Amino acid sequence: MRSLIAALCLSLASLPAMAEEVVLGLSSDTVSINTNFDGSEILIFGAVKREAPIPAEPPLEVIVTVAGPSETKTVRRKEKRFGIWVNTDAVEIDSAPSFYAVSTSAPLNEALSFTEDVRHKISIPRAIRSVGAPASIADSETFTQALIRIKSKSNQYQLNQSTISVDEETLFRTAIALPAALTEGDYKTRIFLTRGGNVVSQYETSIYVRKVGLERWLFTISREQSFFYGLLSLAIAIAAGWGASAVFGLLRR
Amino acid sequence: MQIYLPIAEVSVNAFLLLGLGGIVGILSGMFGVGGGFLMTPLLFFIGIPPAVAVATEANQIVASSFSGVLAHFKRKTVDLRMGTVLLIGGLFGAALGVMVFNYLKAQGQVDLLVKLCYVVFLGVIGGLMFFESLNAIRNVKKGKAPKRKKHNWIHGLPLKMRFRVSGLYISVIPPLIVGVAVGILAAIMGVGGGFIMVPAMIYLLGMPTKVVVGTSLFQIIFVTAFTTMLHATTNYTVDIVLAVLLLLGGVVGAQIGTRIGVKMKAEQLRILLALMVLIVCGKLALELLLEPAELYTIAAGGH
Repeated sequence: MRSLIAALCLSLASLPAMAEEVVLGLSSDTVSINTNFDGSEILIFGAVKREAPIPAEPPLEVIVTVAGPSETKTVRRKEKRFGIWVNTDAVEIDSAPSFYAVSTSAPLNEALSFTEDVRHKISIPRAIRSVGAPASIADSETFTQALIRIKSKSNQYQLNQSTISVDEETLFRTAIALPAALTEGDYKTRIFLTRGGNVVSQYETSIYVRKVGLERWLFTISREQSFFYGLLSLAIAIAAGWGASAVFGLLRR
Repeated sequence: MQIYLPIAEVSVNAFLLLGLGGIVGILSGMFGVGGGFLMTPLLFFIGIPPAVAVATEANQIVASSFSGVLAHFKRKTVDLRMGTVLLIGGLFGAALGVMVFNYLKAQGQVDLLVKLCYVVFLGVIGGLMFFESLNAIRNVKKGKAPKRKKHNWIHGLPLKMRFRVSGLYISVIPPLIVGVAVGILAAIMGVGGGFIMVPAMIYLLGMPTKVVVGTSLFQIIFVTAFTTMLHATTNYTVDIVLAVLLLLGGVVGAQIGTRIGVKMKAEQLRILLALMVLIVCGKLALELLLEPAELYTIAAGGH
């Protein structure tokens, strides 16, 4: 009997990914940007499906990340030269998400081990990829830190520790606030279940952020029929200028 | 009321933009400047990306200048012939300036150069205008007649043309050179160039102040329309929603401004413009001299 339990434990340990699985729900999987868009909140909730009893130790933790489309960025630093502040050193960040939020059910360093962070690129500094800084710049990591600092200030990078509530190690939910300055694209959403800092299960889905209506139409013609768009802008300007002049002319009479 | 701008991809307060447009429009109508040198830094400040701010501002200047120039046409204070000569030079200069701008952009120093241009030109022009207007006001008080129509080397140049509205009979070479120079600077600095054009017309060409404003507005319409098309087709940075909000305020402001301007004395008008130019110059100079709160800046794309 004892050997049977031992064998069962062994087989559970060898199949950790199968033991606990995420079943996910989103309040909505599309975010529509219309004319009066002023930020949005997405509710992410889910349950842990398991075919075995809940392991006693260590506790289950949940980490949710939402990442906007990645792009290349250049970070420049100013220095005082000849009495004025000018851009001197520049570091190219190969890939930085336009938006990135990490939410956790416990402090991040408790919920996630260093090696798992490296493997899954979960924390904000790991989500940014910067390979080659020029050899002349010794402190290239300060440029990455500056990027994180500036983006965090405008709420475009968020680290929301202990904001996921987990009930009975089974149900979890959190809300992620999307700022008003949001770019279009597919926002990759990942959910990790961890025990003792190790990822035991992960789940991936996408939130689609799209411009709709007038915003969609204007954006499309500005790209695809830019000459017409330019003429349209000028026509509106001329019409408005003439209109105001005519109205004021009437008022004076 | 918050409005999401489709090209700038930020959300801003619509009433704030209407108000900004209105204030800059009043100044534009009063002084014959497009107002770009005031509006562009203000747009940066409320969080519009610089590329979008510069391009959209050009479009807004078309509207406020058009509104202003119609008011001036009714008063017959537009020298069409002089405006056309300046415009020919201006378009040529703008095309040249765009090439210089793209070269500097590749060097990564375009921000610095734009700011230095602003500080130097605003400082020199503002300073000169301020002292000149101050002297003019003093002379008027003492009862001295203002000196006009000095004969200098400009009058010795060939290709003379009569500019009836301005009351001038001078060579077309100086206005052409002024047009080219302003066109280059306008393209580099992302403005209509009125704040350089107006003093140049008063002091270099000797045109009467009342005619200068309308004529400057007339040529600004074409230079900024050209710039708008250039930005819309190459950089896709004209935000039509932002432009509409700014120009609704702007055209109304320009009408009010023109009426205020007509009631004021020329010297007063000039000294006010000089003060405004000096304030913007001082603010930009401080930005260059004081240590910025954030030493790092993020730009899109590689370098």
